[in-house]
Amino acid sequence: MTEKIGVYVCHCGTNIARVVDCKSVAEYAKTLPNVTVARDYQYTCSDPGQEMIRKDIQELELTRVVVASCSPLMHEPTFRRTVQDAGLNPFLFQMANIREQCSWITDNKELATDRAKAIVRAAVSRVNFNEPLEVKRVPMNPDVLIVGGGITGIEAALQIADSGKKVYLVEKEPTIGGYMARFDKTFPTLDCAACILTPKMVSVGQHKNIELMSYSDVVDFSGYVGNFKARIRKRPRYVDEEKCTGCGQCEQKCPLSVPSEFDCGLGKRKAIYRPFPQAVPSTPVIDREHCLYFTKGVCRVCEKFCPRGAIDFNQEEKTIEVPVGSAILATGSDLFDPSLIKEYGYGRLPNVITSLEFERLTHASGPTGGKIVLKNGKPPESVAIIHCVGSRDTNYNEYCSRVCCMYSLKTAHLVGEKTEARVYEFYIDMRAFGKGYEEFYKRLLEEDVTFIRGRVAEITDVAQKETEKGKLIAVAEDTLLGMVRRIPVDMVILSLGLTPRNDAIEVARTFSISRSKDGFFLEKHPKLAPVSTAADGIFVAGACQGPKDIPDSVAQGAAAAANVLSLIDRKEVELEPTIATINEEACSGCRICISLCPYHAITHDEERRIAVITEALCKGCGVCIAACPSGAIEQQNFTNRQLFAEVEAVCS
Amino acid sequence: MQARAEFSYYPGCSVEGMNKAYDKSARVVCEALSIDLAELNDWNCCGASAYMSIRELRAHLLSARNLALAEKEKKDLVVVCPACLTTLAKTNHYLKEDSGFKRTISAALKAADLQYMGSVKVRHLIEIIVNEVGEQEIKAKVKRKLSGLKVAPYYGCQLTRPFGEIDDKEFPTMFDKLLQWIGAQPVNFPLKAKCCGGLLMMTNEDVGLELNRTLLNCAAENGAECLGTLCPLCHMNLETYQDSVNKKFGTDYKIPTLYFTQLLGLAFGYSRKILGINEELIPSQQITEKYAKVV
Repeated sequence: MTEKIGVYVCHCGTNIARVVDCKSVAEYAKTLPNVTVARDYQYTCSDPGQEMIRKDIQELELTRVVVASCSPLMHEPTFRRTVQDAGLNPFLFQMANIREQCSWITDNKELATDRAKAIVRAAVSRVNFNEPLEVKRVPMNPDVLIVGGGITGIEAALQIADSGKKVYLVEKEPTIGGYMARFDKTFPTLDCAACILTPKMVSVGQHKNIELMSYSDVVDFSGYVGNFKARIRKRPRYVDEEKCTGCGQCEQKCPLSVPSEFDCGLGKRKAIYRPFPQAVPSTPVIDREHCLYFTKGVCRVCEKFCPRGAIDFNQEEKTIEVPVGSAILATGSDLFDPSLIKEYGYGRLPNVITSLEFERLTHASGPTGGKIVLKNGKPPESVAIIHCVGSRDTNYNEYCSRVCCMYSLKTAHLVGEKTEARVYEFYIDMRAFGKGYEEFYKRLLEEDVTFIRGRVAEITDVAQKETEKGKLIAVAEDTLLGMVRRIPVDMVILSLGLTPRNDAIEVARTFSISRSKDGFFLEKHPKLAPVSTAADGIFVAGACQGPKDIPDSVAQGAAAAANVLSLIDRKEVELEPTIATINEEACSGCRICISLCPYHAITHDEERRIAVITEALCKGCGVCIAACPSGAIEQQNFTNRQLFAEVEAVCS
Repeated sequence: MQARAEFSYYPGCSVEGMNKAYDKSARVVCEALSIDLAELNDWNCCGASAYMSIRELRAHLLSARNLALAEKEKKDLVVVCPACLTTLAKTNHYLKEDSGFKRTISAALKAADLQYMGSVKVRHLIEIIVNEVGEQEIKAKVKRKLSGLKVAPYYGCQLTRPFGEIDDKEFPTMFDKLLQWIGAQPVNFPLKAKCCGGLLMMTNEDVGLELNRTLLNCAAENGAECLGTLCPLCHMNLETYQDSVNKKFGTDYKIPTLYFTQLLGLAFGYSRKILGINEELIPSQQITEKYAKVV
């Protein structure tokens, strides 16, 4: 049967029409074999544009449709629905991209028009061989996996659990709370971080729909949207969570103190410990590396004093498997390592500290009880705060870390509130973009902080004059004055930027998602799908996708939760039919494809000695097709006939 | 001992003139460490000094000619002067990155029947000694540990800049390590990679003297008995201008200044004379004599 093809050339406003002569492309399309109708239109994706196509299909009895417009990413689903509404199978539609691959890359009208014609020619040639395909539906498992128990993961977990859905919340640290649990106050409102965070942590711990797995990590994640399997490794705490009441006796009696990670090493903790008193869960963990029983075979004091007999030195690592339908990654970020910038002297000059160390110093339950003091115990008389440490610097990270300007202002405020110190802020540009942020900046300007516009070149303890003796000198070019300044201070606080987690590569691999150039997880679309990923059913939220402050992280946590709930409410998921199929006659059973399939979608049928594809697992990546020595595998909607037709038409 | 790679030695102009002791001691130390230092045949000026700022392309061409000569000898270049290192390495980098520049240079080299394919690496002697010879062999060679000798290791600005490939750009540590291997004590010297003023001493002496005073002061305050250097120009500024610094600022610095190769040679048991230790303006007798006696 001869096909009747309709071709629609879109102007995309001026995006395409600016360089492509759309009218002449449409005229040209009319001359191509089997083309019944060809039109150009200003916005084909608009309602009247779609209506035009539907009308043509019905009135002219079109059997195939080509739209030459933008990339298929956004509007292929739109036009598939359009042709489906008019009674055609959606896969009999073909999109030709004359925007990203044509009009956006040149200003040469003649060449652009020729190129658009070639692209349309290829699509028309191909669409002759498109076959009707059926979309499969499978049930959606409503249970959700959330990785990371910082404020982002907490927000997402509570939103989903409150709607009655089951959440598995996996946190690798002994407690949830993330960075926010370590902060003193939050900008720009200066409310206490703990006061707004800990109630949420408690809700997570008590929620009947949340299964909290702390001190655990996801080691494997397989399956497909609606039907994933997560393998979760629970590290042993050596304390029975069921029996423990969190009374804290064991911590008090433990004889061994070691530097506390939670306090950046500034304070101490015991070998059996909770990172901080409001930890959730409140069950302590035994640090095997230091515990006297594990290192020397003696002690067991905690065991003796535990009133509930909850200490269990024989606990072992456990790996469990949970089926879930979707997942949210909220794994957060790391802080930039300031020892890489040797000229700032971190680690060499004792009173050069990081912004997180400052948070612990100024925190009421921190190692100094909230006193801001130098290493010698005295309060500083002057403090320099250095912005953009590790950020906006092509030697380290090119990007802006977004949070540092504002938390530096907060730092300056707290130093001013708690000490008599003179405060200097060294900044490149002041970025106060959020709600109430600029107002907070203005407030600090009025609080008598000295702002110096310039990146600090070095922190040195080599004095050049009497007034610099015994001080740390911040050397910077003041770009407003146009001169180099040397400011002697007692304490330097490095406002560290945010970096991808050190295990971001492995996590991305486990969940089969991509990372952007800066190393953070890649979202599906930076504006229109900020928490989705290229992997259906897997979402990202918070600072694992890029540096974010608390308001933005919470917003993303909630956004990811909304995405997941919308997915769950559909009750079933559609599986793209563009998967690989095996021509059983041609398959020799060599098994090459089986070892190559990244999704474990191919198995070997022992009886018939051929490869078999599990449709639900196949993602249509095409690896097996390229590898098959017998040419026995084809991908639906990407058949050889379709592709060769396309290539031949381009070359003709 | 395992045979080490051979190098073409590029002495550079400064060690042929004012800084002969550097050349002398470098050759002695290399012989002791079986580093083959055959002088690059027919080498010319590296193009450093002010030339690079005034006639950049021609300066690169001078540099490229040396690279081409080394390639002909199929050896890597070893230099002792960090200015030569930077200039030669810079030309090498540009030739790899900029094809237009490469065409111009190649055409010019061709006129002298030379060509350069880009195979030569330019290395500073201290880096070869630290990275290639290494701790074990150095320690085994030491006959008289320079026990307790407090040295301020001065790297200057060009050993690690601009490329930073062999050590941290701002806070290098390889010289410190080397001093420890021979029993000396590197003192805390935070200005170790700061500017000595370079040629400013000729064009703007006030600034040059101020910079040197800062360095000398930092070394003295940290208890250094001597300064260790690896750059002929730094060496000259720090040593020969101590008098001028004293006159201008009313100070009284008399800090002996020795090349790293002289310190290494002393530890290996060579006489002061062979190492050129008697040729400096500020006598180092007091600190070197005790190590010069075989224990």
